[in-house]
Amino acid sequence: MKKINYKIISLLAVVIMICYSFTDRKNDNENAGLTLPTGFSAVTISENIGRTRHIAVNKNGDIYVRLAKLVDGKGTLFLTDDDKDGKFEVKLAFGNYYGTGVYIKNGYLYASSDEEVFRYKLDKEERIIDPNNPEKIVTGLLSKNQHETKSLVVDDKNNIYVNIGAYSNSCQVKDRSLESPGIEGCPILDSAGGIWKFKADKLNQSYNNGEHYASGLRNVVGLDWNYSTNSLFVMQHGRDNLNSSWPKLYDEKESADLPAECLYQIKKGDNAGWPYMYYDQIQKKKMLAPEYGGDGKKEADNKFINPIVAFPGHMAPDGLLFYTGNQFPEKYKNGAFIAFHGSWNRSPLPQEGYYVAFVPFKDGKPSGEWEVFAKGFAGVEVVNSTRQAQHRPCGLAQGPDGSIFVTDDVKGSVYKISYN
Amino acid sequence: MKKLIFVLGFLLSVANINAQVKKGGPSSTSLLKGQAVYTQYCLPCHQVDGGGVMNMNPPLIETSYVLGDKTQLINILLKGLSKGVVIDGDKYTNPMPAVNYLSDQQVSDVLTYVRNSFGNKASAVSAAEVKAVRAKK
Repeated sequence: MKKINYKIISLLAVVIMICYSFTDRKNDNENAGLTLPTGFSAVTISENIGRTRHIAVNKNGDIYVRLAKLVDGKGTLFLTDDDKDGKFEVKLAFGNYYGTGVYIKNGYLYASSDEEVFRYKLDKEERIIDPNNPEKIVTGLLSKNQHETKSLVVDDKNNIYVNIGAYSNSCQVKDRSLESPGIEGCPILDSAGGIWKFKADKLNQSYNNGEHYASGLRNVVGLDWNYSTNSLFVMQHGRDNLNSSWPKLYDEKESADLPAECLYQIKKGDNAGWPYMYYDQIQKKKMLAPEYGGDGKKEADNKFINPIVAFPGHMAPDGLLFYTGNQFPEKYKNGAFIAFHGSWNRSPLPQEGYYVAFVPFKDGKPSGEWEVFAKGFAGVEVVNSTRQAQHRPCGLAQGPDGSIFVTDDVKGSVYKISYN
Repeated sequence: MKKLIFVLGFLLSVANINAQVKKGGPSSTSLLKGQAVYTQYCLPCHQVDGGGVMNMNPPLIETSYVLGDKTQLINILLKGLSKGVVIDGDKYTNPMPAVNYLSDQQVSDVLTYVRNSFGNKASAVSAAEVKAVRAKK
């Protein structure tokens, strides 16, 4: 019998181990690296196209996506999959303004900068006729430091709803400072910290001819019109810094958990209470903000509206989508998908979010607990510093076949999630 | 054998500390104190690795603000910074509150720590330098 050649055996072992490590890598690319419920699959339909924010899909499945930062001087991309190979290519880049808001309705594409809203006429295939000549329908919206983006949605009556975020964390006299009190009467609320409603077909509107639709909303990035309740739903980004501004009242853990990120149903005149209150999802109460005399125990004025769902703090809800398709199982019909961009203010505790969540709805109300629907965007098990996250979900849209699309504003991956 | 392992372990840890404390650089005590200040007052926004948060809180990794003029840097801590900054073409617009309630020693320790962490290498900031900047209006 030949002498056993240990050199060859160990070389073989090394080769086998290397091959095995490659199979692990292949599994990482399954479903674009995402973990989804049984029966669902995901692919990236485009990558590295820029910091993609909100997204709109036309009736043929073509995609419009906004950019947080201009790429070659353009802030909106139009992508198509002409050869139907599952990968989308950028067909057109237009608009010299970056921004988040985008929506298709009634033959128009609506898109916002941080100060204005434009609309582009679409042809029968919902492609833009003249990308260089939009109509300016809203102008002069405040955009100071913080919460500058202007998400938008259009209803069935040709009204457009625009978020104007507060240029402040908690309306302190000295923003984000140690034990600085809130400004009396918070004058920011006059022209920010709420939703303004305009006509979707009038030119050059501003505050004077818009309607102050809702107030007391610190910043809304994810919002959607719910066609089964015929009302606006918004996700608020709750305030930061409970511990760093009020260490005698809140420790680091409490500050990491609170306040809730709230889903609100908004009717005209509603006041969600910022900056005077925050929602405590553990006590299930509206709490008086420390800036206005709160201490973690005192409750807020009951006149402020209650959330429909209260999620854990700081996860940054950037996208909201009510699902109306028929591709997904029955449980998902009329339910809400929320894209949680992922936290930063939980430090020194590990960050949370970086996933798409789902809340089932029935008869216009949640019919069960919220759950994580798609996770793995971050690409790492634990995120301690936000820049460790390889992808952060931002925008959500539904395609004509009932698939949903998710954007990532770190590198610009666009994911398509389907049910087979 | 045990003695040998102990001696080797001791030499290794000494070498490790020496590797971190460069010749003429800040002492390990100073860096530890600076890290404590950073963890309590700076980490919530600038994050544990100095990486900041896109669009909001600037990174502290090899930026001109951190490595450059010490007076400007000291004033950022003593007076805050509300106008937003642009670093490598990216805007960061969350305001930074003034942390003038920190002592001269704390400011010097944390700035020395930041200037020698996260890939940064720069001269220490002394308490006397902080005191002098604070005295100017």
